[in-house]
Amino acid sequence: MNSMKKTLATAIAFGALSLGSLPALADTYVIDTKGAHASINFKVAHLGYSWLTGRFNDFSGEFTYDPKNLTASSIQVTINTNSVDSNHAERDKHLRSADFLNVEKFPTATFVSKQIVPDDDGDGDEFDIIGDLTLNGVTKSIKIEVEKVGEGKDPWDGYRIGFEGETEILMKDFNIKMDLGPASQKVKLELHIEGIKK
Amino acid sequence: MIKDSANGYGLLSILLHWISALLVIGLFAIGYYMVDLSYYSPWYHRAPWWHISLGLLLFLLTLARLLWRAINLQPRPLPNYTRAVRLGARLTKYLLYLLIAALVITGYLITTADGKSASLFDWVEFPSIWQLSPTGVDLAGKIHKWLAYGIILLASFHALAALAHHFVIRDRTLVRMLKPVTKSADSQPNP
Repeated sequence: MNSMKKTLATAIAFGALSLGSLPALADTYVIDTKGAHASINFKVAHLGYSWLTGRFNDFSGEFTYDPKNLTASSIQVTINTNSVDSNHAERDKHLRSADFLNVEKFPTATFVSKQIVPDDDGDGDEFDIIGDLTLNGVTKSIKIEVEKVGEGKDPWDGYRIGFEGETEILMKDFNIKMDLGPASQKVKLELHIEGIKK
Repeated sequence: MIKDSANGYGLLSILLHWISALLVIGLFAIGYYMVDLSYYSPWYHRAPWWHISLGLLLFLLTLARLLWRAINLQPRPLPNYTRAVRLGARLTKYLLYLLIAALVITGYLITTADGKSASLFDWVEFPSIWQLSPTGVDLAGKIHKWLAYGIILLASFHALAALAHHFVIRDRTLVRMLKPVTKSADSQPNP
């Protein structure tokens, strides 16, 4: 009886081990929005003469990252659209309205990755994330170009990794009604993401 | 006469009343028009500039009006007014003052929510005293809109009542708001 128990325990332990080692489990990171080491910035051409920049102050998310098995990595982010901030109260009010983000009806925007496409050199530092962006109630596939900035231990017993990403979306694609003119149809998104290993 | 008396309104009260009336209607029209302007309209910035400036002007005029009202004699109600008429007129008047005050305050709070001041024709700046949260700004915006509709409704009632007094009941109610009270009217004994 006793020996049977022992074998069973060994079997489970082995099973767990092999599960852990075979498809090298990617590390999970929490985006450091608490310490504000991450930002979602946007810019739109103003009349075609300059850039208007703004940001979403409130968001959260997690990602998994494994440089050796990049395609198994993933990310999901939730943005509180009410937190849009372009440093101008009346414009922000307009951005929250039905002319733009429809914050009352769609208080969150989300991004969920579907596929990671590594860059050719294969060191895992550069890749594209293809995923679904849900904004203003519309879900559309977008591609974010990502580059790793750095990673390593932090001075406070944690492990951190940071990326920057860029993409652009057409406002019309996400049913944003306001027309800002021919030079201002696109919104460029500039993403800075630092994760703390779980 | 400039001042009000027991028999009627003086010139200043009459001017304040009609300028305020024009401002209220003008502000409503600009506000209604400006929220749907396209980005490339020449009025996209000009209309809000006028709206904010005239709104602040209405605020100052309303303050002046209440002050002037406080230091003047109240014209006596006309003798033909029933209790209900007096009560209704007074209620409408106070409600209009209250709604205008709330309207101006919400407008000011929206404009100054990020710490910028509100500008009266680029001439006098009203500094920000309270930075509302995004949700607060949106709520203030909604209240501002419904107050505006409420005031227009109430002012229409007020105007219809004045016209009814003039053309149906045929008393001096409307005339009192058009013709400043004279010395001779004051010297006459009150009926």
